[in-house]
Amino acid sequence: MKTTWTLAKRELNAAFDSPTAYVVLIAFLLIVGWFFSNTLFLSNVASLRTVFDLAPLIFMFFVPAVTMATFAEERRAGTLELLLTMPVRDRHVILGKLMAVTMLLWSAIGLTVIYALTLAVLGDPDSGAVAGGYFGLMLLALSYGAIGIFASSLTRNQIVAFILGFAIIFTLFMMDKVTEFLPGSLAGILEYLSIDYHYRNLLRGVIDSRDVLYYLSVTLFAGLLTAYNLARRPE
Amino acid sequence: MIEVRGLTKRYGAEKAVDGISFDVEHGEILGFLGPNGAGKTTTMKVITCYLPPTEGSVLVDGLDVTRDALAVRRRIGYLPEHTPLYGEMTVFDYLTFVADVRGIPGPEIPRRIGVMAEVCGLGEVLAKRIETLSKGYRQRVGIAQAIIHDPPILILDEPTSGLDPNQIAEIRDLIRSLGKEKTVILSTHILSEVEASCDRVLIINRGRLVADGAPSELQAHAVGGQRIRFGVQAANGAVEEVLARWGRARILDRETDGDGSVLFDLLSETSDDLRPELFHLAVDQGWVLTELHHRQIDLEDVFRRLTTEAAPA
Repeated sequence: MKTTWTLAKRELNAAFDSPTAYVVLIAFLLIVGWFFSNTLFLSNVASLRTVFDLAPLIFMFFVPAVTMATFAEERRAGTLELLLTMPVRDRHVILGKLMAVTMLLWSAIGLTVIYALTLAVLGDPDSGAVAGGYFGLMLLALSYGAIGIFASSLTRNQIVAFILGFAIIFTLFMMDKVTEFLPGSLAGILEYLSIDYHYRNLLRGVIDSRDVLYYLSVTLFAGLLTAYNLARRPE
Repeated sequence: MIEVRGLTKRYGAEKAVDGISFDVEHGEILGFLGPNGAGKTTTMKVITCYLPPTEGSVLVDGLDVTRDALAVRRRIGYLPEHTPLYGEMTVFDYLTFVADVRGIPGPEIPRRIGVMAEVCGLGEVLAKRIETLSKGYRQRVGIAQAIIHDPPILILDEPTSGLDPNQIAEIRDLIRSLGKEKTVILSTHILSEVEASCDRVLIINRGRLVADGAPSELQAHAVGGQRIRFGVQAANGAVEEVLARWGRARILDRETDGDGSVLFDLLSETSDDLRPELFHLAVDQGWVLTELHHRQIDLEDVFRRLTTEAAPA
């Protein structure tokens, strides 16, 4: 655990010592702020609903941008070899990176609380839906992050890592959007596999353990795939 | 200290290392010599627990690299080829991070970094970002991170490649001083490096061990004996017959000098010093000895011969 935290701390320091973290946080706040103020001022609706609806799409670009360097850059620079010859397990390295990425994404989400507070002052938002939305968003960020890290472990090239991460997340997101063309039983499976389906469940303000379990499973599965890939010791 | 037994490493169908066995004793400075792609780096990666062996075993202090990987890693300091470091970190932050991962207790870390700064000459650059350092300094940071936990074994992959001659001399001095108390394995394809810093040399070619010994021994053994330059002025002129009857060395070459002496290049199959015998032979025969010395066969000859033959003898 201590090792994991040491590794996560290094990742976070690297992000905050360079412009990366600030660009990520500010860009996210701006984009979310734009959609938020649109709803508020143009439609006169005191709701974060638009923001929550768009968040999975924004994260689809955002998270791979945050994760693309994690393993790809270490592979390119050769530092991965140094890291994996220190007395740490592969899983510590993966967990450390996931922890750092999740903390960065969660702080981005945390910053949007100013919008939620603005709403609470100006109107009377449905606090259950807001809480459910934030909870869903945090789980979403966690599983997107794990997928992005897996994509990054597949290549030495950050751009390729970004595109792969985006493609995997996009596929999982679109699962329940194609069900109309499929027979019922298959549609059910696809729906269950869809990231967006579970997210919309949580947005209703109902926290169902099946939805939580789904995100945790996606995270675990992506983590295992990363571990499997690292065990091959790619050059 | 390190026992490598029948180590084979395969990448797909290709054998990078093919049944290598050797031991490294405590306190030895061992040089891995071989052309690029010979399997030096792969062998090091197996010893440092980065790659698992395909066949065979590697024991470090009696611990197996596959079963007790973490314990083995704690005993080893490793500097991979090309010195990979986190460029965006300062030297101090980087060494703190490595010390932390290596499990050095927090209050102890600044003191260890102080020691590293002194041993590796990093005092002036501790606050600088690694990416702004010269290659020589980067190399010192690489060595510092490898020895910060004071490991008994130090493994350095091409520690002097890409450095200028002054930097090479500095790094060599550093390695030699570290080698006084640590077991060091270093790889190189530069021969003078082995002669300058190693107690023992392993020559690897195409994944196989082709020679093992002290640099001076290899010069003698690997070519199959010694070469002696022997020159006499002989009145009776039957030198060749006498040498043939003596039979301890083969005549490689014969030439006549202007002053009437005959010069021979002799090759002996044994490593015994034949010069006293030759001297007595000359005295017995009443020859005037004009030349008698070992022809120096440098490591370069040995290396080229061993690594260019498809099936070394």
